[in-house]
Amino acid sequence: MPQAITISNLTKTFPGEEGEHIALQSVNLAVEKGDIYGIMGLSGAGKSTLVRCINGLEHYDSGTVTVNAKEVGSLNRGDLRMLRRDIGMIFQSFNLMPSRTVAGNVELAFRNRKDRAARESRVCELLDLVGLADKADSYPNELSGGQKQRVAIARALVNNPSILLSDEATSALDPNTTQSILDLLRNLHDRLGLTIVVITHQMAVIKQICNKVAVIADGSIVEEGKVFDLFVNPQARLTKSFIETTSNLEKISALIEHNSPLIALHPGEILLRMRYVSKQVSQALISIISRQFNIDANIIFGDIDVVDNAPLGGLVVIFKGKASDVREAIEFLKKRDIRIEVLKHAELA
Amino acid sequence: MLNWLDHLFPNVMARLPEFFDSFVQTLIMVGVAGIISFFFACGFAVALILTQPHGLTPNAVVFNVLDKIINTFRSIPFIILAAALVPITRAIVGTAIGTQGAIFPLIIGITPFFTRQIQSALAGVDAGFIEAAEAMGMGTVEIVFRIYLREAIPSIIRVSVITLVSLVGLTAIVGIVGGGGLGDFAIRYGYQRYMLDATYSTIIVLVLLIGLIELVGRLLVEVSQH
Ligand SMILES: Nc1ncnc2c1ncn2[C@@H]1O[C@H](COP(=O)(O)OP(=O)(O)OP(=O)(O)O)[C@@H](O)[C@H]1O
Ligand SMILES: [Mg+2]
Repeated sequence: MPQAITISNLTKTFPGEEGEHIALQSVNLAVEKGDIYGIMGLSGAGKSTLVRCINGLEHYDSGTVTVNAKEVGSLNRGDLRMLRRDIGMIFQSFNLMPSRTVAGNVELAFRNRKDRAARESRVCELLDLVGLADKADSYPNELSGGQKQRVAIARALVNNPSILLSDEATSALDPNTTQSILDLLRNLHDRLGLTIVVITHQMAVIKQICNKVAVIADGSIVEEGKVFDLFVNPQARLTKSFIETTSNLEKISALIEHNSPLIALHPGEILLRMRYVSKQVSQALISIISRQFNIDANIIFGDIDVVDNAPLGGLVVIFKGKASDVREAIEFLKKRDIRIEVLKHAELA
Repeated sequence: MLNWLDHLFPNVMARLPEFFDSFVQTLIMVGVAGIISFFFACGFAVALILTQPHGLTPNAVVFNVLDKIINTFRSIPFIILAAALVPITRAIVGTAIGTQGAIFPLIIGITPFFTRQIQSALAGVDAGFIEAAEAMGMGTVEIVFRIYLREAIPSIIRVSVITLVSLVGLTAIVGIVGGGGLGDFAIRYGYQRYMLDATYSTIIVLVLLIGLIELVGRLLVEVSQH
């Protein structure tokens, strides 16, 4: 896939009270055409600064940012404006102009302002696309947060950009609305072939729509890769803690610590955590092992999500059976790329 | 009715045409000086907003020079400024007295205040709107006219009302240095000839005028907001 955005060695400092504040330090990033690339980090990590370098809202000190084969930092004002028309942007606070109607906001940046017919049909088309055809004449304060973000998305797409930047676009929305906006973004990605850069501090957002992700902390990228791989094999501590916030599988530690009756084991029982770590799992593993190895599998709880079209997550289970059978069952699962952790076992019979 | 007015305001009723002329002169001074200084104030305020440290086109020299000039003029009491401007007014307008001679010092007197007012109205436009406009690929001129000035309309109306009210006050002051208008009328008859009713009727008319300006302003703000 050709590159849509290539960032290399990007460094950015802000002058501060006590010397300079380094907002970005030697950042490298490659976004391919068609990616939905997540950038995740805590507040103040430098996510907004990074994304603002992509459309030249922020100047940088050194390094290069290449968007559609143009180096952003070296463009003159006119060329930068042309490039920006090819990069839509949406924001946490929507930034709709209160004095203009929904249609007025969408057409605000339409390239061909003189051609009234073209403008009107483009606005209709876009409002249809985001499901707000009936709101063309409303004003922004008459809309809900989700509707406002839909208008902002329509506005960002008015000049048919190839790239969409989203800076915390769902952070001000409730979970259901977040879901519907994420669905819309995914849909637009599929239909229009958009490349999307999604900034967020919510792991769930990454999980739902991104195919790649970079984790940023204190201005540096600490980890990056395919979302699935990152969830399965997080390396950085920050990534691990992010992932824990989205998974229930860690709750078992608390149950063990408090000796919960839920997981009181009888002789011959073993408590396991199984995790899916490859994309090929689609067999009825639990029923296979219980048939083949004569094991009773008691599922305590599970947390399985679909990420990038593959199941991600796992189960906490109690196996009951003959010691040798249980061992064989575990081997069988391991061969099928299931990661097994024995959390606790009673003496096996 | 007229009898009753004759009784309360004998001196004014005896000079009704002159009183009316003075009122018209006040309106002309407020209107002409207000409109002209509005355009200057918008220009200066936009220049300040654009060239300020985090503005769209930061320029420390332009910003500081404008800023200092405005502060300097604002610190001069208007009556002294008006007197100091007499030779310049005469050179530019040809006369330093009457309505014509009053308009120039009024513009110089009110523009710095008006500029600060409009500057604060523009500064109230959400930085996010400007950022969004830049991200859309709008140029500076487009952002000024289509975002800054437009989104600030309700605030601009509000501050214009405040400024017009101050301007009405200034027109009364130019009466002292030879300008016409109600101020002049009140001073000539009310103050110098002890015709108190001339002073009171001037007050009543000015209060009504200011009330009317505020009422119209409020209505306009309401219409301009969504
Ligand atoms: N204009 C600025 N002047 C000075 N410092 C700035 C400026 N903008 C950002 N910073 C600093 O740079 C760092 C990164 O800021 P940035 O806005 O990119 O963080 P973020 O990851 O987007 O955080 P959040 O999730 O809170 O939006 C912060 O420490 C911030 O204080
Ligand atoms: Mg941010």
